[in-house]
This record gives sequence, structure tokens and C-alpha cells, in this order.
Amino acid sequence: MNTAAVRILGLDRRLVPLAATLALFIGLVVYGAVSYDAFLSPQVFLNLAIDNSFLCIVAIGMTFVILTGGIDLSVGSVLALTTMAAAALSKLGWSPWILVPLLLAGGSAFGAIQGFLIHRYRLQPFIVTLAGMFVARGLCYLIDTASIPISAPFFVAMAEARIPVGGGNSLSSGAVIAMITVAVALWLAHSTRFGRTVYAIGGNAKSATLMGLPVGSALVRVYAFSGGCAALAGLVMSVYMLSGYSLHAVGLELDAIAAVVIGGTLLTGGIGYVAGTVVGVLILGIIQTLVIFNGTLSSWWTRIVIGILLFLFCVAQRLIEARAGQKR
Amino acid sequence: MSAPLLAARGITHVYTGKPALDGVDFTVRAGEVHALMGQNGAGKSTLIKVLTGVESPRAGEMALGGSRIVPTSTLHAQQLGISTVYQEVNLCPNLSVAENIFAGRQPMKPWPRGGGIDWRTLNSRALGLLRGLDVDIDVRRELGSYPVAIQQMVAIARAIDISARVLILDEPTSSLDSEEVERLFAALRRLRSQGLGIVFVTHFLDQVYAISDRITVLRNGKLVGEWPVEDLDHAALIAAMVGRTPEAPPVACGATGDAPAAPGTPVLSARGLARRGSVNGVNLDVRRGEILGVAGLLGSGRTEVARLLFGLDRADAGSVAVQGQEVVLHDPAQAIAHGLGFCPEERKTEGVVEDLSIRDNIVLTLQARAGLWRRLPAAHVREITDRLAKLLDIRAPDLDGTIGTLSGGNQQKCMIARALATQPCLLILDEPTRGIDVAGKAEIMNQLVALAREGLAIVFISAEIEELLRVSTRITVMRDRVQAGTLAGDCGEEAVYAMIAAAPAPVSP
Repeated sequence: MNTAAVRILGLDRRLVPLAATLALFIGLVVYGAVSYDAFLSPQVFLNLAIDNSFLCIVAIGMTFVILTGGIDLSVGSVLALTTMAAAALSKLGWSPWILVPLLLAGGSAFGAIQGFLIHRYRLQPFIVTLAGMFVARGLCYLIDTASIPISAPFFVAMAEARIPVGGGNSLSSGAVIAMITVAVALWLAHSTRFGRTVYAIGGNAKSATLMGLPVGSALVRVYAFSGGCAALAGLVMSVYMLSGYSLHAVGLELDAIAAVVIGGTLLTGGIGYVAGTVVGVLILGIIQTLVIFNGTLSSWWTRIVIGILLFLFCVAQRLIEARAGQKR
Repeated sequence: MSAPLLAARGITHVYTGKPALDGVDFTVRAGEVHALMGQNGAGKSTLIKVLTGVESPRAGEMALGGSRIVPTSTLHAQQLGISTVYQEVNLCPNLSVAENIFAGRQPMKPWPRGGGIDWRTLNSRALGLLRGLDVDIDVRRELGSYPVAIQQMVAIARAIDISARVLILDEPTSSLDSEEVERLFAALRRLRSQGLGIVFVTHFLDQVYAISDRITVLRNGKLVGEWPVEDLDHAALIAAMVGRTPEAPPVACGATGDAPAAPGTPVLSARGLARRGSVNGVNLDVRRGEILGVAGLLGSGRTEVARLLFGLDRADAGSVAVQGQEVVLHDPAQAIAHGLGFCPEERKTEGVVEDLSIRDNIVLTLQARAGLWRRLPAAHVREITDRLAKLLDIRAPDLDGTIGTLSGGNQQKCMIARALATQPCLLILDEPTRGIDVAGKAEIMNQLVALAREGLAIVFISAEIEELLRVSTRITVMRDRVQAGTLAGDCGEEAVYAMIAAAPAPVSP
């Protein structure tokens, strides 16, 4: 792929943020490997995938939303609501064959309603999904204010399932689901008309409309996809925690946004990659791992480093945009 | 000529009580370029909106290839075979060139091969389409990395690939330089020979004669007539557009030698002005009563000079002196304080505040200088605006009405009035005549000459060499972001073109 190399080294502005993100990830891995002996063991990286699986799934949905130039603040709450519903309904003896599709459809429908409001009444995505966030979080408390343990066999079996990947290492079911989600999202983003319409909307929504693209239905579907991802992440978290709780995933939407931005997606939309988001999630995870390896640092250092990285990435993005603007 | 491809009969359209089109007939034949001409407000835009389904007419009917059509949206019109390419390119800059051509119509792989978009076919078809227009570029690169001229070609490629039978080009050449215009015309000739009907809207009369087969002229929403291009010469065309013989072009104050330019200290003097990525080594002197023209191709650094002089961009090197005193210009407020006035190029986005009244628009800079808490007395505002409206002959039924209701030419005069309200000693005008009809242009140039006679120093930036020659005392030429040289105002068109072309102009990829 000679041309791909030329594009990275050459001018294609779209790949610059992704390259920066990848370089940062590799830098962090090298730093960890040099500083700590046990750092390069395969299970450290597999744990990255396991512990961040729900963040990854939510961030994938968020990537599509941000690519259109929007934002979805409701995902953390929808995730929590899904864990609550999963816990409460499985306690009532609902079969997982009904429960899982129902919750996924519910999350998608919740997102679709938000997308419809945003498109139909030209509302700010920020405010619509903020309202959605309050509604979903409030509904959690309506189900129960306390944590509900999950003991349904399906969830327990999923939690105990370990998929061996050789060398005595293994992945959790949640990590595998996250990987499948990534694969589906990559295909959606790059090989379907829907995905390309998402990019077109982010590039110039007015042009996209004039080009005859289905802007409205794409917007509704984007928020539905994000809601569906949040519900899927909720199921993964139900398995991971074996409980439903109103206070699960508080602020997760912000971590997801951080991962998407650090992954090189522009908040203005139109530019970014699903693959970048995956690396963004891994960067958040590896910072946490480094803090744990250090042992003496408070875990809040994770937040501080992520905060500083966000600042740097936003400034860098603006500089890239300004330079690209000047070139013309 | 062949039978009509697109025939519109008796099109009437009314905007909030004001008739915009009144029983207009318009016919496009297959294999012709048809120029649609008229002053601002003549109804060209409305007619195009009707043809492309943006507006539905009050009366009249349209037929395409003999069968009646009622386009209800741009998309519908496109499907019927009427595509439009606008002055500002309506594509997505973040998508690749190929994707922009096929967005929404991407070739898909059959399911046995995994479904999804067939990028290979998409790219090769895009390459083929663009080669057909004599454009050979990397179609996988993002559209935004190419100049506007290429983007326009991409828009045309998209339009003709959506099975266009009629292609409408609305002021496609406004932001192109002459070489790019030539390439566009070559592509249009090729499409014409393939039997496409092309509607061409422009303000540049020369281009009408360079490319068109027929001309339709509108005036005040009414059809004036339709002529084969050889039956309507330059003067007759202008007469048809304005409904009268336009005033004789003004005499350049410098060109005839009666320049009232006083020797002595220049009002504005720049030495070695430079900014990285902008322009390099600009030296200027403008004296009282002088009009300094700035010529050059698009992207040559014309506008950048104005931005530096007015403090919109900071210079990295060089110095500026006003009335002999060296000054620091870091923002427009400083420039205004030193007595400079500026009319920006983009009237719509950088100048006019559409919802404010004409008076408010004119005193905007003055009020901004006074500050938010010291509102200008109403009587004072009235006195200033009445005087300037009279001075510049701003034709408005009511100066308290919103500025959005004025024609482009009168809006531009308001912008000049706004700059004059601060009583500047030097006025910088960036393309003041762009997008303004012929009569309006002549008037604005008359005003400039009159203002210079009264002692104002003017820096006049324009893409149209003719205009510069008409009014300028001296003309400085920008080439590839460097000052190529300065010519006398009476040097003649050839001299200016020779200086612009002295080095090969940048070739677009």
C-alpha cells in the first residue's frame, strides 16, 4: 500500500490526528515497558480490553454522533438504566432471550427519540441529550434507589465465561462483544452509505442536504445507534458488575467524549475514525494502568493526565485546522 | 438549432407582494450555452430557483424534453435532469473528491463479496468522469485540499453524472482566475458538444461572448428578449440590461494628468510589509487625492495587502507610516484611530448587518468607536447619514428601512459610507464592485473619483483590470504574494497583464 504511506507522510489532513494518537499510545507503552518490568505481559493488555469494554462500546456510538457534529450526553444514564432494568427484570424471572433484545431496542428507541427531536425541531444536541441524561438517570431511581444484585444464570455464566487466547491468557465475554462492536462500527463507517452520510453531515450539513443525502434519517439513526451502544454497554456492565445500580457509570459519557477527542475526532464533525476512538479508549486505560503500576500515585492522577491530554489535543486540533485553512 | 430541451412559459412569481418574475419565457436547447443576463434584482436568481424546484411559481409551466414537469425540490429537479452548480461550492470538504461525486449513489459490492461500498469502482469512475472534463487529480484526496476551481469541476462532474440534461451554472467564475475560467469553459464546450443544455449566469460580459450561443436578458422581473449571441453586441446587451445607455465611463483623475495629488508626505506609506504565509515585501505610498489600484490574480495577495494595512493581520516585518508618523497597526481599532477606513471584500458576511436599518449600518463603526455607553445622538446620526446618502447617491425609499432590502450596489455604497463616517484620510476598498451590476459599478467608480478629488487617499483593490485603469492614479501589481511592481495609471491594459504574467502563474494541480 504505497499510496497509504504517501498519504500519512503527505498532506491528508484527515489522518494527522489519528497518527498523533497512535504515536501517543505507543509512547505510553514504551514508557511503561521501560519503567516497569511486568508491564509488557500480554495479560496487562488483555485487561485493558476487559476493563474498558463498556467505555469502548459507548465511545464507538459517541464517535458517530460527534462525526455528525453533535454530542450525546445521555449515554452514561442510559447505560445505568439498562443495568437497573436488566437486574430488576431478570429478578422477575424474564428470559434473557427476551430481555437482551428488549433492552437493546429500548436504548436505541431512547436515542432515536433524541435524534428525532434534534433533527425535527433543530434543537441543540447538547440540550436534548442533557435532558435525556436527566430522564434516564431519574428513571433508574424510579426502579430502585439501592443496588440490585443479579443472580440470573445467564448473566452469571456470561460473567464467568473466559475466552482463551493462548498462552494461558483469556478475554472476558464483554471484551469480545466490544471487539465485535468495533468491527461492525468500522464496517458501518467506511463501507455503508449511512456511514458516509454521517461524515458528509459533519463536513457540511447544508451541502449534504443539497446533495440529496438523507440527512434527517441519518441523524435519527446516529442517535439511535449511540443509544443502542449505551444499552449494549449496560448489558456488558451488568455482566461485569453482576448488579444494577443507579450510580453506575456516572460521568461515563464524559470519558467517552474524552476518548473520542483524544482518538482524533474533531468536535466540529466530519473528521475522525472509529479506529482512533479505540486507541483513545486504550490511552485512557493505559494511563490508569500506569498509575496502578506506580503504586504510590493517587488514582486521581488518571483524571489529571486525561485532562491535560484533552487540552493538548483540542489545541493541536485547532492548529491543524488553522494551518489547513491557510493553505487554501 | 434543435428543438427546445427545457421550455418555461409565462413563469410568474411573487415574493411578499413584490413581483419577482412576471410572465417570463425561457428556453434552453440541447447543445447550447445559454447566458441568462440581467442586473441585480432582475429576477435571474428567482428564475433559477423556480427551474430547480426551490420555489414553486405562482403561474406558468415548464417542460423538459417535451413533457411537462413540476420540480418540487432540488433533489427532484436533479432526478428530472436539471442540476445546478453554485458560485459557492455545495460539497463536503472533508470527503474525498470521488466520494463527493458519488455521495448517496455509491456503487455497492454484491453481497457475496461482502456488501459495502465498492471503493475501487467508485474511485475509477470518478477518475474517468473528471478526465472527461480534462481534470487529472488524485480523486482519493479530500476535496478541501483542492482550490475552488477544482472543487467546481467536481461539482460539475457530480451534476452531469446525475444524468443531467440541463446544467445551470450560477456565477461559476466569480472566484476563478482567468486560467481557471478558460479550463471551465473548455469543459463546458465539451459538455455542450455532448448535447447538454447549459445555462450560464455571470456578471462578466466578456465571458458571455466567450462561451455563449444565446442570451436571454431579464429586467425588473420581465423578459426583455432572447437573442443569438452574434445579434447582440456589447453595447446592445448593456442597454437591454439597464434599459438605457449607461453613462460614459468616468475619466481617471490620474490618467488624464489633472491629478490633484499634492506632493509631500504620503497619507499612508508602507515599507517592506510582510507576513509569513501571506505577502512579502510590500512597499506603498498613497498621497492625498490619489487612487492606488491593486491588481493581481485571485490568490496573488491582493486582499492580504488590505488586511495588513488595516491591522486585520499583524505584519511580521516592515513598517507603516500614516501622515509621516510611523504607527503600529495590530487591530482594526488602531487603524481606524489613525484615520484609515476599510470596506471588506465579502459584503454579505463581513460588512452588512442585514437586520439593521440603513442608518444604523452606516454609523456602525462610528458608534463602535464611541463605545457602547455613549449612544450617538439621533439628530447627529440623521445628519451624518443624510449627508453621506446624498454624497454617495444611496438610493433607498427610506433610510430607516433595513439594509437587506437594498440592491447590491446600494448596499456597497452604504459600506463605503460607513467607512467615510469616521472621516478617514485613507480608504481601503477590497473589490467594491464585485457582484454588482454594470450601472452600479460605473456609479461606484464615479464616486471614488469624486472622493479622491476632494482629497481622500484611496487604495482600490479589484480583479478587473479595466476598472483599475479607469480610476487609478497608479497601479501596483501583486503576483504570487509578492509585489511585482507599480505602474502609472495610464499604462494601458497590456502593461498590467504583462506584469501579472511576467512569471508563470501558479498552475492548479
